[in-house]
Formats: sequence, structure tokens, C-alpha cells
Amino acid sequence: MSHGPSASGGALIAAAPHSRHDDAPYVPVFTGARRVELDAILTRYPSKQAALLPALWMVQDVYGWVSEAAMEEVAQVLSITAAYVKGVVSFYTMYHLHPVGRHFIQVCTTTPCNVCGAEDVVRALLDHTGCGELGLTSADGKFTVIEVECLGACGFATPIMINNAFVESVTPESVSRILSELV
Amino acid sequence: MGYPHPSHPRETPILSKHFGDPEARTLSGWRARGGYEALAKALATDPQELQTIMKDSGLRGRGGAGFPTGLKWSFMKPDGKAHYMLCNADESEPGTFKDREIMRWTPHGLVEGVAIAAYTIYAETAYIYIRGEFTEPLARVTRAVEEAYAAGILGANAMGSGKRVDVHVHRGAGAYICGEETALMNSLEGRRGNPRIKPPFPAVAGLFGKPTTINNVETLTVVPHIIKNGAEWYKQFGRPDNPKSIGTKLFSVCGNISRPGNYEVALGFPFKDFLYDLCGGPLPGREIKAVIPGGSSVPILTREEAEGALMDYEGFVASGTMLGSGGVIVFDDKQDMVRQIARLVRFYAHESCGQCTQCREGTAWTTRIMERIRDGEGTMEDLDTLVAIADGMTGKTICVLSDSCATPVLSGLKKFRHEFEAKIHANRSMVTVQSALRASAA
Repeated sequence: MSHGPSASGGALIAAAPHSRHDDAPYVPVFTGARRVELDAILTRYPSKQAALLPALWMVQDVYGWVSEAAMEEVAQVLSITAAYVKGVVSFYTMYHLHPVGRHFIQVCTTTPCNVCGAEDVVRALLDHTGCGELGLTSADGKFTVIEVECLGACGFATPIMINNAFVESVTPESVSRILSELV
Repeated sequence: MGYPHPSHPRETPILSKHFGDPEARTLSGWRARGGYEALAKALATDPQELQTIMKDSGLRGRGGAGFPTGLKWSFMKPDGKAHYMLCNADESEPGTFKDREIMRWTPHGLVEGVAIAAYTIYAETAYIYIRGEFTEPLARVTRAVEEAYAAGILGANAMGSGKRVDVHVHRGAGAYICGEETALMNSLEGRRGNPRIKPPFPAVAGLFGKPTTINNVETLTVVPHIIKNGAEWYKQFGRPDNPKSIGTKLFSVCGNISRPGNYEVALGFPFKDFLYDLCGGPLPGREIKAVIPGGSSVPILTREEAEGALMDYEGFVASGTMLGSGGVIVFDDKQDMVRQIARLVRFYAHESCGQCTQCREGTAWTTRIMERIRDGEGTMEDLDTLVAIADGMTGKTICVLSDSCATPVLSGLKKFRHEFEAKIHANRSMVTVQSALRASAA
């Protein structure tokens, strides 16, 4: 059994900073260095719209989720409608339509992991995080746990994703130790 | 090498030779292992000739469909139009995790294969579409692309050839269906990942409406080996009596098995030896009950069927299933097949894009019925309904997700019907006992 970032190096992408939902005015994402970054991305494609998924990733990296205001900004910079952006955002499971816990935990429970006991890992995570139910955020805002369909690491059952980092071969017994290392 | 286990003596490690070797990830390390020699050779060769080599090699697509790679590439002519090369790195088929290891350990091998493919199909631009959850493979491949640009391997004058080869990495955002080639194109264009009606096929109108070739990660990573060593060299791998299945194949093994992981064997390898010798067989004290050999979308085999199978395109068909993606899922005798098939169809219900009625409704109905049988609330009529729904879901939709949901239900009902009936009869017996008790109380 192994745990922690995968043996090959693990978390190469830093965990996303998260902002809680509040009434503060929306601060645009695509200004300064991020506008330059988006312009560089745009040169890779013959259409502006093709930069939609990359632009949404940039939004989520900044805010931790994709708000309606963010969708309007993305629509404006890519010359498409906000309704169209929402249609795309809602198609994909990885964009959050509302704020989530600081540590967003996805547990694979599809068949290959299921036969290795993934549902016990889910129960252990719900108990130890205090989330209680799938999709709910713990009272301290620290954790959200969801089930995810096949993470593509079936030989390392049960894999979980904590923000952008994979943790392989998680067991109900290793859950409390993994969580204790998260701040 | 080998990862997560050292290569077994009966493996044929070509793609997996450097798995577990961190030095192979860097440009200098990859070059020290012969990397980019094939690209240099390719860029000095006429694309038509490269297409012929690929046809002669007998390589077939490793993503699941098994379409001959050289034939697919030969659809692309020097017609002066913009062409696109696409690499499908949206590996999401339950049970499959081979492309993940290719990208984690040998990202330059993939980039080299993509660059050769782009040049061979007269494309100046290639995209590698990586599923959103694969953060480490994304970082590794992105780094390899950056290194290749910095060294002049990619760009306007690739390796000093005067030819332009651009490779871009594109991150998905969570959707199994984007592994379907036309859904992937829609997704890359910034749309919902809905599969497109074919025709037109991608070779005519694909990405951005232009002629496009799309191949799986594993297929493209084989290409430099064939270009470097020749088609004849590649033909030595496979069983002598089956010229239709050539080469080696990565198999991902998971579920109830002693040594899960990736194994690379010559096509035609005996599945029994593979399961018991290479993978160590079932866990101590257990027996294998069933095996899905090619990712969750192919028919389930009983242990007896699996033990008689040969691991290639035709061998698995002869055993009533398919090679698929090479994702081997093993179920042992403690598994409840009804429960696991119910879980599998829930996967398809979750992943249906919802365009086609048969799939949108069929995956949901199938899931509801399977889950009520699982929970002891099913009836014998439900079994007939499942078959009727599966029939309505097969061969009637834009893509094969719908068919893939029907597959485990039909093969499960055929081979493990006694488990379905046992759950239903247990329920009936309970009802009978309860009504008898009520009658006696009254």
C-alpha cells in the first residue's frame, strides 16, 4: 500500500486558491498577466471559442469555482454569449457552479475500484471530514467529498483526487492520516 | 524497468521499457535512449512513403476500435487544405490506465509519435487532448512539449527540416464521452462534448471542419518504434497464425487480482498465463469468477471463457468479447455480479450526453431496474424488460455509449442469470413468508 502524492512525483500543479462566496464585487480575471496568458492560448487555435475550456480553467484557478459573473466575463473576452458559456460549464463535471471546500476530494467508486472496497473509503472520508453527505461542505469550509466516475488509475484502487493531486491506494484505514496532512 | 512492477520475463516491453525510469522523462534522457531519431528520419522521408510503412506494419488502433492505423492515415492527401492531427488522451474507459503511464513516464515518446503523425498526414498543427483529471500526465506532457520547442524539435522549422510541426496540449474538464472522437473535437472547439453524426467522417470534416486524423496515445507512441526499426521488425510480434493482430499491447489489470498494474505482451498471448503467471492470479483463498478483458464496454467472460482466450483482436472475438482498450477487470468469487453490473450501468447513465433518446432514457431505466434487482425488489418480468431496453439501445444512436451500457447487462444476464434470479427469488420468498405470517396473525 502506498499513499501520498504518487510515487512518480505527484502534485506538480499547486492546489487552487479558494475564495468563499460573498457579496464582494467581481474582480475580472483576464487583466494583466492573465490577459497575456489568454492571448498566448488564443494563438493556438483558429477560433476564439476553442479557448473556452482553458479560459474556464483559469477562472477556476483564481476563484475556485465559476460564477455567473465569471461566465459573463469569459463570454465577453471570447465573443460568445454568457448563456452559451453556461451550457458548456454545466456539461463538464470538473467546473464548480458553486464554491466548494478548501480541499475538494473526489473518490473513484466505479466498478474496478468498487470491487476493491471504494465505498468503504467514501464512508471513512465522510466520517473523518465531518461532511456527513456527499457533495456537502464541512462546517469549517475545509472539505467537500464527492464520488467521481473512473479516475483512470484502476490498478491503484482506491485513487482519490484532492484538488489537483492524486493519492493512490487509499484504504479506510489510511484516510485519517491523509486528512491530517491537509491544512 | 516496468511500473508498478518490474517487467516480467514473458512480457515484451517496447512501450513500457522505460516505465519507472524518471530519467527517460527529460529531453536529454529521452535522446540518450534513442529518442527523436525516428522523427528526424521521418522528416527526411516523403509522407506517402511513411503512410506505406504504417500500412505495412499492420498496426491497428489501440484505443478500442482496432482500425488499421496506416489505412486511416492514407485518407489524408496532399490537397493543400489545412489538416489537423489529434491525439486522444482522454483515457476514461473503466479498467484502463495505460495511457496514463505512457504520459507519466515517456511523455517525449508520445510527443515524437504525434509529431511524426502530423507530418505524415500533411498537418502542421497537432493537439493532445488530455482528460481534466490527469493532472500529472498533463504536467509531464506539457513539459515535454516545452522542452521540444526549446530544442527546435517542434515549431516552424522542426529539427531543421524546414517543415512546421506545432503541438499543443489541451486539457479536458471531466466527461467520459469526450473520449469519443467527434465529441472530443466538439470539446476542443469549446462546445459541449456531444458526439457528431457521421458522415462526414473526421478525415473529411473533423476538427474546425477540416480533414483530421485522430489516434489514441498508445497507437501514436508505437509509431516512432516502427519508423525507426521498420514494418518488418514490428511484424515479428504476434502469433504466427494470426497476421491480423500484429505488435505488442499494453494491458491494464485491476480489480480482484494479486498484482494489478500494466503489462505489455505480444498480441496473441494466452490469457490464462497472463492472469495467473504475470498478474499472480486471484487474491489468496479466492477464485476468479469473471473477467472483463477490454474496458467496461466489452462483454463479460466467465473464468472458463477467459482461461481459454487468446489476447488479440480475433482471439477475444472468438471467445465472445473484444480486445477493446485492454483494460482487464477481474472479479473474484466474493463479488455480487448484479451489484457490480448495476454500478457499471450507473456509470453509463452518468456519462450519457443526453442527445439520443435511446441512450438518455435507456441508461437511466436500466440503472433503476438494475438497482431495484440489486436491492431485492426486482421481478422476473424485470429481466425481460432489461433485455428489451438493451435491444432498443443497441445500434440505434449517434455513438456507442448506449451500446456499451447494454453490453454488461446482456452478457451478465446470459452468464450470471442465476445470480439475478437468486435475488428475485429471495425477495419472493420473503414476501411469501411475510404474507403467511400476516395470514396466521389474522
